[in-house]
Amino acid sequence: MKQALSPAAAAAMIPDGAVLMIGGFMGVGTPNRIIDALVAAGRRDLTVIANDTARPNIGIGKLVAAGLLSRVITSHIGLNPQTQKGMIDGTIQVELVPQGTLAERIRAAGFGLGGVLTKTGLGTRAAEGQRIIEIDGVEWLYAPPLRADFALIHADKADYNRNLAYQLTATNFNPVMAMAADTVICEPREILPVGMIPPDAVTTPGVIVDHLIERAA
Amino acid sequence: MSPEELIQRRVALELHPGTLVNLGIGLPTGVSRYVPASSGILFQSENGIVGMGSPPPEGMEDEFLTDAGGSFVTAVPGAATVDSTLSFGLIRGGHLDATVLGGLQVDELGRLANWMVPGKMVPGMGGAMDLVTGANRVIVAMQHTARGNPKIVPACTLPLTSVRRVTLIVTDLAVIEPTDDGLVLRERAPGVSIETIQAATAAALIIPPNVPEMPIETTAA
Repeated sequence: MKQALSPAAAAAMIPDGAVLMIGGFMGVGTPNRIIDALVAAGRRDLTVIANDTARPNIGIGKLVAAGLLSRVITSHIGLNPQTQKGMIDGTIQVELVPQGTLAERIRAAGFGLGGVLTKTGLGTRAAEGQRIIEIDGVEWLYAPPLRADFALIHADKADYNRNLAYQLTATNFNPVMAMAADTVICEPREILPVGMIPPDAVTTPGVIVDHLIERAA
Repeated sequence: MSPEELIQRRVALELHPGTLVNLGIGLPTGVSRYVPASSGILFQSENGIVGMGSPPPEGMEDEFLTDAGGSFVTAVPGAATVDSTLSFGLIRGGHLDATVLGGLQVDELGRLANWMVPGKMVPGMGGAMDLVTGANRVIVAMQHTARGNPKIVPACTLPLTSVRRVTLIVTDLAVIEPTDDGLVLRERAPGVSIETIQAATAAALIIPPNVPEMPIETTAA
């Protein structure tokens, strides 16, 4: 059994300039204690790949507010004026990707595929600078795989072998991100003995999860 | 009856019993109020739920059960929760019968712009591009004009959400169907004349000989 990490120890593993995938949808299903530890550690020049940047001072919004991000690859920043301001001022490089395409780009990386072909975004600004591929007379937008150094994810339950189960709409990007990063760190709501999560309920097998965050004090 | 309620009630009539439907945040969300539970319609939210229910009683919210705007919701009996890849597989893969979205502009080709105003509002497209490109039917639910300016225009000047032609436009004045020939005026809001609709529309409208009123009873409200 591998020892669970404190949030501070997890943050210490993450260097300045790291590329992070962070789970969650508007802060729901986001590993908040790891984020707090990153803010406390003052990590800088981070790239974050995430569905959205939540709201100011919620979830990923805390990283934005602390000025720790230099680049964001995301589908939505509409509820975080600080991210929008950073984009306009040029302090944060923001790449906007359609949400389904973002999910598939992450999946492609995690599933060993060379990218995906989609209709989404064809003929729009989302296609600018992207490759359009014609197959049998049909045009597709090519979406390349997207990998990260670290996936910081949330789960409902983990067992001592790091098998993970998720809950309701807190699932979102967490399982797919667990497949697409060199190091996967999960902050579960609770940690249970092996066997407490039935095999059919395990969504992410523990063999691909590197570290659990210890229970909250 | 408020303009919003009129739009929501009219859109509700377009939804097919026993199908999966995605309602956008804002005005479209309210469409669900006019869909009877007996219809068997399941509402999807792209953050990962099939069978989203109404907001929970105050103090009984579940922090892990929300809609795509982050607001607390409930799950109807028989609901399923899924991850983001499956959620968008449902959207792109032909499993979503209809999506109802707001609009900033719709043009004569039936193309929708609803995700950004350059220099002013750059929220990101979220799931809108996938929804408009992938849903079997796309219903735009919006006010006919914005501060007096027509939103139905000859060609969108705002960045497009998709080049796909939407299925139907429902406003507080009219129901308009984009076709191969152009925008066809299908219905008028109760008490609204064809001339009023044309005056509020910058795009060319095809006017059939008979343009009935929307089948909505407004006198009760």
